[in-house]
Amino acid sequence: MPDAQTTQAAVIFLAAVITNNILLSDFLGLCSFIAVSRTMRTSFGLGMAVLFVMACTTPLNYAIYHGVLAEGAPLLAVDLTHLKLVVFIMVIAAFVQLVEMVIERFTPVLYYNLGIFLPLITVNCAILGASLFMLEREYDFWQTVAYGVGSGLGWALAICLMAGIRGRLQHADIPEPLRGLGITMIVTGLMAVAFLGFSGMARIQ
Amino acid sequence: MQPGPGTFGAPEGTLTPLRRGIGAGNPIVYQSLGICSALAVTNELDKTLVMCASLAFVATLSCLLISVLRHWTPRRVRMIVQMLVIATLVILVDLYLRSHWIHMRNALGPYLELIITNCLIMGRCEAYASREPPLKAALDGLGAALGYGVVLCSIAVIREPIGTGTLLGRPVLPETIPPARLIAMAPGAFLAMGVVVWVVRGLWPPVEAGAATAR
Repeated sequence: MPDAQTTQAAVIFLAAVITNNILLSDFLGLCSFIAVSRTMRTSFGLGMAVLFVMACTTPLNYAIYHGVLAEGAPLLAVDLTHLKLVVFIMVIAAFVQLVEMVIERFTPVLYYNLGIFLPLITVNCAILGASLFMLEREYDFWQTVAYGVGSGLGWALAICLMAGIRGRLQHADIPEPLRGLGITMIVTGLMAVAFLGFSGMARIQ
Repeated sequence: MQPGPGTFGAPEGTLTPLRRGIGAGNPIVYQSLGICSALAVTNELDKTLVMCASLAFVATLSCLLISVLRHWTPRRVRMIVQMLVIATLVILVDLYLRSHWIHMRNALGPYLELIITNCLIMGRCEAYASREPPLKAALDGLGAALGYGVVLCSIAVIREPIGTGTLLGRPVLPETIPPARLIAMAPGAFLAMGVVVWVVRGLWPPVEAGAATAR
């Protein structure tokens, strides 16, 4: 993709937040999106945790992939690209564990507010997805940083918007079979339509 | 409603886990598991079919292996073990598709690799395969994958003709009807999924009220 190479990091950041939102256009991280978007407080907590982990693990995975795994990498000359999935998921799991321990040690208050969401993040497909998309689109380092931060921010934005809408939906008269998953999907679809309105602003991929 | 072993009253037959996955314990409609990939690959039916086949392979074998390993897996590291088993199987599928069907592999993109974090597989491994004998666990994984497949194919059968006017790449709609591109794009996926879930839950309400929305 020659186009991706020339795209500025700032454009990628903007696109990752709005036009190519990882949740609304790439469908990643939907499981926890549906499970946790009941109240604004928990949504905000999870959104911030995802933003932090994604912003750190995506550049970390970039460094590991291009430093160790890729063919002809500086640290190890063997082509280990087929192991990237195992390595990425381990990096994410280890990072989450580390963050959990650091937060618990230094800011117990934040730990109690955020603690339950951290283990959930390991299996959030948006985190692994961001690392895989970063490779698929052949970003350089700064583009990867912008993409990681932007995607995390976009995900947090989407889940907070959804929590607001679901707060209102509690007072709506929804047909019984549509409650829960059904109405959440339809509302998310309408949200995605609204976000399509931004699509002229920036373009990646 | 199914979740987890230990909640069953009557002893179950060999095929019960298989049937449960397709029906009352359907992972997508009643448990909200595995939704991410369900939306991403359903704009064309052939992609959907390959995805379902890959998922069935990974789900069946990982449930089988985790069940075989269940006595040797310490409780504390079981998530890591499950992750490794699933990741290995996904890499096998990925390498197979890369060598035999590169066109399809590229069309699926990262979603094939994201089978690893598909919560359906982790869910079945954790809730069922880590406690039950291998044959039942494998059938349970296969059943969940088939239930996933049925829902995905019905979404794809709605989206592909409306969105692009074709089915399996062949034109099915008359030329006078313009394809509604929105349905093939991201918002259409959410809307189609919402409607399918609505219809299925309307026709066959969840056995246990509240269990469906528990997740």
